[in-house]
Amino acid sequence: MKNDLLTGSLVYLAAVDPQTMAEALSRWGRDSEYWRLLASDPARLHSAKATREWLEKEMDNKRSPFYMFSIRTLEDDSLVGEIGLDGVVWSHSESFVGISLGERRNWGKGYGTDAMRILLRYAFTELNLQRVSLTVFEYNPRAIRSYEKAGFKVEGRVRQFLNRDGQRWDMIFMGILRNEWLNRNQTSTIA
Amino acid sequence: MNNELLTGDLVRLTAEDPQIIAETFSRWGRDSEYTRLLDNDPARLSSITKTKEWIKKVAEKEQILETFFLVRSLEGNPLIGFVGLFGIQWNYGDAWVGIGIGDRQYWGKGYGTDTMRVILRYAFTEMNLQRITLGVFEYNPRAIRSYEKAGFKVEGILRQYLHREGRYWDEIMMGILREEWMENEK
Amino acid sequence: MSDMMEIQTPLFEGQLICLASIDHDNDPEIESQWTHDSEFMRMLYTEPMRPLSPTQVKKKYEAIEKDLKESQNLFHFTIRARLDDRLLGFASLYWIEWTNGAGMLKLGIGNRTDRGHGFGSEALRMMLRYAFTEINLHRLGVTIPEYNPVAQHIFAKAGFVEEVRRRQAINRDGQRWDLIHVGILREEWLARLA
Repeated sequence: MKNDLLTGSLVYLAAVDPQTMAEALSRWGRDSEYWRLLASDPARLHSAKATREWLEKEMDNKRSPFYMFSIRTLEDDSLVGEIGLDGVVWSHSESFVGISLGERRNWGKGYGTDAMRILLRYAFTELNLQRVSLTVFEYNPRAIRSYEKAGFKVEGRVRQFLNRDGQRWDMIFMGILRNEWLNRNQTSTIA
Repeated sequence: MNNELLTGDLVRLTAEDPQIIAETFSRWGRDSEYTRLLDNDPARLSSITKTKEWIKKVAEKEQILETFFLVRSLEGNPLIGFVGLFGIQWNYGDAWVGIGIGDRQYWGKGYGTDTMRVILRYAFTEMNLQRITLGVFEYNPRAIRSYEKAGFKVEGILRQYLHREGRYWDEIMMGILREEWMENEK
Repeated sequence: MSDMMEIQTPLFEGQLICLASIDHDNDPEIESQWTHDSEFMRMLYTEPMRPLSPTQVKKKYEAIEKDLKESQNLFHFTIRARLDDRLLGFASLYWIEWTNGAGMLKLGIGNRTDRGHGFGSEALRMMLRYAFTEINLHRLGVTIPEYNPVAQHIFAKAGFVEEVRRRQAINRDGQRWDLIHVGILREEWLARLA
């Protein structure tokens, strides 16, 4: 049995400390591109206090366990992003995943791809899910490439879902199935 | 796809208003043999109000941890019992089943077995659980036979678990796996 | 069809059905019966079906009213027979994202015997008009499980296009099924009216 389940080659996943994460999310959100890559609702600025309250409410939510993680670099332990399973549907053994990296200088370094690999391993070998889904906007090619590297396949496009900067953009759905993931990871994890 | 998920050969599963549940439970609870077959707690008379409070708590509890039905006979539609899945452990796909036929005239006629069949089908094809567990007292051979008919296997014995009528009794743990159930259904 | 766009043509009255609000006193009893119908529930919802008592339905309705008042991104209607105001089903515009002009639609006719008479199709036509000309959405989406070919057909006939297929997203009846997302754009709907 693999015991460094949450460690990758560049980053590791750690628990979320509400205060630390709230401050980070609030700070990262000041770069509107961070927000626009991540979310479909209008970019706005959230105080650390409001973010913390939201986080604590999520962590306390009795209806579904909290599967959000901090992403920290192995090199110097710095907090570079967050990743989480949002809305595990147990009866269908599937969930959506969401990830964001906070600062532009940390983009394009492979942190996201590494974090996603760890999260998928967790999803498929600890939570025993059958599939993992995600959505990504068509104007985020870096993320799309990263997800494809992690094994996700495009499953369709919700046409003209977003209206931003005077233009309409598609929202792309991607998914990875358990047996697809197992085939890619035959040698490394299964006990 | 099965489109009569909650209906068996003899019974159907329903959701009922708290007042109806409370009155019916209170009535059944007066039969001490019923409560002793059912429950570890000392047989106790429960007022309608108290029962209503308990039902309200169960109904408003986080749904995904338990799910509870009343049982009606298909003939004439009377309420005859209850069945529920409790302690649902979603990440392992495991849950406990509890069943009680409150009305004596429905004992020993296959109503319990039919109810169990319906709830197992619900557990394995709608909630997609991997296994179901139950506990039954050794002095309830009728139930044990019924569970075996439904596919449960004895998995263990909690020795001298109960103390009633001046002696000790074992509680028998039984379980059924998803793939066993699917095999049986073929 | 183009007379749909006239201001005088009622938004909430069709030929067979009306779109109406919830009757909190009488509807719970009827909807409680629908929730016991596993066919209805499995066609419309992916969560494990759970029957609701009339009291539980009443609570659900109260939550809907609260949501209608507070959130501003939900429009919920009952579908009622034009003739006698009998409750037939429901229609809901939800997850509305105003800044993107996107929304989701769900509608269903509760009783098996009420299906196949054109009630659902008319409700769908009226909901499309409401979504595109009163709420002014840019696009509308619907999720349909793979095992519901009747719904796939109804929405395809109304102009919806398959956009996403989430493979094996549903586990039901011992099998895995895809969840299909279909969508229609405002300009597509307008073109069909002409």
